[in-house]
Amino acid sequence: MDMAANTTIAGKQDTGASVHARRVVSYVVLILISFLCLFWFYVLFINATRSNSELSLGFSAVPSTHFVENWTNLKNGTLPILNGLINSLVIAFLTAGLATYFSAMTAYAIHAYDFKGKKFMFTFILMIMMIPTQVTVLGFLQLIGKMGLDNNPAALIVPAIASPAVFFYMKQYMDSTLPLSLVEAARIDGSGEFRTFNQIVVPLMKPAIAVQAIFSFVNSWNNYFTPALVLHDDTKKTLPILIAQLRSADWLKFDMGQVYMMIAFSIFPVIIVYLILSKHIVGGVTLGGVKG
Amino acid sequence: MGLHILNSIYCNLLIFQLVPLATTIYNSFFENYRSGLTQIGPNFVGLQNYGTIISNGDLPTYFINTMIMWLMGFIPQILLSLLLGAWFTDPSLRLKCQTFFKTVIYLPNLIMASAFAMLFFTLFSDSGPINSMLMQMGVFKSAYQFMSHVWTVRTLVATMNCLMWFGNTTILLMAGMLGIDPSLFEAAQVDGATSTQIFYKITLPLLRPILIFVMITSLIGGLQMFDVPQILTNGTGDPMRSSMTLIMYLNKHLFSKNYGLAGALSVFLFVITGILSLIVFKFTNSDKVK
Amino acid sequence: MKRRIVSLLALTTMTATMFAGCGGAASNDAEPATDTAATETEATEAAAELPADTGKVLNIQCWNDEFQSRLKAHYPGYEEVDATHGKIGDVDVVWTITPSTDNAYQNNLDEALLAQESAAADDKVDLFLVEADYALKYVDTDYAMALSDLGITDADLADQYKYTQSIVTDSNGKLKGSSWQACSAGLIYNREAAKEVLGTDDPDEVQAAVADWGKYNETAAKVAEAGYTMCSAYDTFRVYSNNVSGKWVQDNKVVIDKNIDKWIDDSKELVDAKAEDTDDLWGDDWAKGKNPEGKVFCYFGPAWFFNFCLNADDPASIAGQGGWGYCVGPQSYYWGGTWICAATGTDNANLVKDIILKMTTDKGILKDIAQQDADCVNSKTVLSELAADDSGNLDLLGGQNPYKQLAEGAEKVDLSNISAYDQGCNEELQKAIKNYFQGNATKEEALDMFKKAVVEKYPELTAE
Repeated sequence: MDMAANTTIAGKQDTGASVHARRVVSYVVLILISFLCLFWFYVLFINATRSNSELSLGFSAVPSTHFVENWTNLKNGTLPILNGLINSLVIAFLTAGLATYFSAMTAYAIHAYDFKGKKFMFTFILMIMMIPTQVTVLGFLQLIGKMGLDNNPAALIVPAIASPAVFFYMKQYMDSTLPLSLVEAARIDGSGEFRTFNQIVVPLMKPAIAVQAIFSFVNSWNNYFTPALVLHDDTKKTLPILIAQLRSADWLKFDMGQVYMMIAFSIFPVIIVYLILSKHIVGGVTLGGVKG
Repeated sequence: MGLHILNSIYCNLLIFQLVPLATTIYNSFFENYRSGLTQIGPNFVGLQNYGTIISNGDLPTYFINTMIMWLMGFIPQILLSLLLGAWFTDPSLRLKCQTFFKTVIYLPNLIMASAFAMLFFTLFSDSGPINSMLMQMGVFKSAYQFMSHVWTVRTLVATMNCLMWFGNTTILLMAGMLGIDPSLFEAAQVDGATSTQIFYKITLPLLRPILIFVMITSLIGGLQMFDVPQILTNGTGDPMRSSMTLIMYLNKHLFSKNYGLAGALSVFLFVITGILSLIVFKFTNSDKVK
Repeated sequence: MKRRIVSLLALTTMTATMFAGCGGAASNDAEPATDTAATETEATEAAAELPADTGKVLNIQCWNDEFQSRLKAHYPGYEEVDATHGKIGDVDVVWTITPSTDNAYQNNLDEALLAQESAAADDKVDLFLVEADYALKYVDTDYAMALSDLGITDADLADQYKYTQSIVTDSNGKLKGSSWQACSAGLIYNREAAKEVLGTDDPDEVQAAVADWGKYNETAAKVAEAGYTMCSAYDTFRVYSNNVSGKWVQDNKVVIDKNIDKWIDDSKELVDAKAEDTDDLWGDDWAKGKNPEGKVFCYFGPAWFFNFCLNADDPASIAGQGGWGYCVGPQSYYWGGTWICAATGTDNANLVKDIILKMTTDKGILKDIAQQDADCVNSKTVLSELAADDSGNLDLLGGQNPYKQLAEGAEKVDLSNISAYDQGCNEELQKAIKNYFQGNATKEEALDMFKKAVVEKYPELTAE
């Protein structure tokens, strides 16, 4: 799709020059932004290589020599970090998977079908989104206590299946990109509802699903507030709780080097998951796979 | 209709949020808190909790603080996201290393807010690198105390929020842009439309549902702004609570498990959020294309 | 000797508890008898009161693994199973560790104690740990057992410092907890700076220059002239707040004590004169004085502070060069420490009693703790032994033995005015007053902010 073929010669030179200028501007801005985004990871890495004494003296731009030492101390400490990693992974994967799949399905039901109370349901789900977690967490704890789910990871996973924000995004995405005619066509072909959803709708929703899967994963991964109140056994705890525990260690063991090492350690898996999923968002998936 | 069964399962799961919400509203009519380990109440007090909140006059202040800090972060954030989104989807720019840039912008969101704030503290402390840089450049003679001036604190909060969330917004928008049928862009190009025209006439209108989503969720997220200012100001919202947000205020009442006052406060918050979301909805849907 | 208590118990209690008593005996068998004469005498008194242990699980609530590692290293018969489980005889020890971040520890402990009555025997809390700032919140309730009900007598505790007991004495005068630490604290000064400003770095002479707040302020002015900062205003807060003349809350009303008011006025003057700064404790700016370039005259802190928070492992730091000195400072105070409380409803009372006795009163164990873990222990005898012993000389203090001053400080600390609201009031006051120090508010406005914050935290209080 070469633009030049369809424009006049004057137009071509004109766009050529302005495109060049715009390209330079965009590169400069993008490089600046990339720096601002990557800088934090650099500092985290630097801090993970420094000892507690060095860290207490503030910022440094150059790495120190305590990387291995921090890692050994962390690994040989009393905190079950590998266990925490597994717990975090399990909870985050299940949360992200279930939340996106079921939310997409609900959004599809509301998008593609007409039924009584549809409008009410939509508004209702949006209302749920407006409740701050801080407000309901106390009622939530009482509820899971009664259900016998205290100290059980299920108390974090099951409620996450109903995720209003994910639902809302799916609904909006379908409004903008999922033509009802496609669904109609599938129906006429005699495709069952589940099959239509799984084989036609889900592939079309790939970017949206990838986006929300990442967001749900990261949210769950970094969540400290609710897990800290729900999980009590060391073997069930997630990484953010263990980090908090490391930070409230007594003065004999207090070591910011280990804290930064642990933060760096806990960021790695998310980066990997993100890089895998982000292919579906940034890798040029186009609707229906048609490319001009 | 397997889907409808699942649908009702989904709604049942909302119980996890609805039951606590009902409890919250119910609690707002009671005096109900803990004094140490002693439970006070619940004693029915009618609308007294609502009266307390209205009469002490703090609510408008914290509401304004919240909105100021939200807008300071959100406006640059949405502009930046739209700009990046437009650049990434503009076929005439043909930017190299796009995948790299697209991947990098979301990365700050992966860092926990508490870890992020720790790094910010280090950078902006009196003896930190920002201050020594500014002093070397001669901007200040002595270290500038970033955390003790109203507007620098608010700016820091807004900057952190913007940095943490602009990648998120950009990705939401990009996913939306990817969903747009590419033949539309090609047709427009064939007709000689400039990239600016394509952006305004095709991309933006088709993105409207996603933009509404971004606006609404950012608004709700903004009204619920908590962790960044909480950690950055150590829960005080200083100087003189000029950076205290609504949820930080709410959080103060949770220390004593004051479900009564906190409940009433949440109802206010809920109403404010509802009204503002409605306004955004109406505003963005006013010239509906469909 | 342990066996004797148990057999005595078995005789005096009903036959129904006989088997349980035997279980207890078996568990106690595992412990080597290392008790001193003191416990021998009270054993007979206790025997009449304590039922035999029936519990198979000892639940301990805490916020980090400090006490766990002490128990592991010093309590005879404790075997570690994994990070949160241990065994004493045939009793399983279960540690519930909740970080104190965001008040999570107290929230969790509150719920556990409130559910104590209805909890299954194996889930009941047996021991929980508290810090001084909020100790009374738990101690002044029926959820914590009086030590006398456990059969621990005043004679057992005679060697402890008085202030460590004031912290855990309820409003009826009953002692409900015990600590192995006595964290008396003082003024840790930069020897180089002292020589430059005062012409001496001798602890006694420096002490004379900061013996009261008047002298301290004069010295601070000289320190500022020499280009140093005395310290942060927040370093001195604990010193003032430990020496108040009345409780924070009187008749449900918040009262600002005159010593707190003095802290505000003194500090504001010093901050305005640039003799003190307003850095928050533990921040980067505050920590810069650990190195000579930081130009800080002193820190305020106890033994754990100079041992672990002055970067002695870094050769570039003042501590690394042995450049600190220690004196008592303007007023005596304490900082830190962990108290052990027994939870009402425990089904392991004998074991709980033995843990409290061994870990907080056994001089042999306390001396081990002092030497191995560098805790400043809660025993007058052990501290005076250490003061007389060269092994107490510390390199980072330029060879000074601080135990003389530490012991002297611990004697003088008086915490009769501690209240259940101390944590909230102290925190909120320091935060609010920062606005005044930094010129963002007048003193009245800042105090109003403090009152508002306290009433938010404790709705039952009034501030006007």
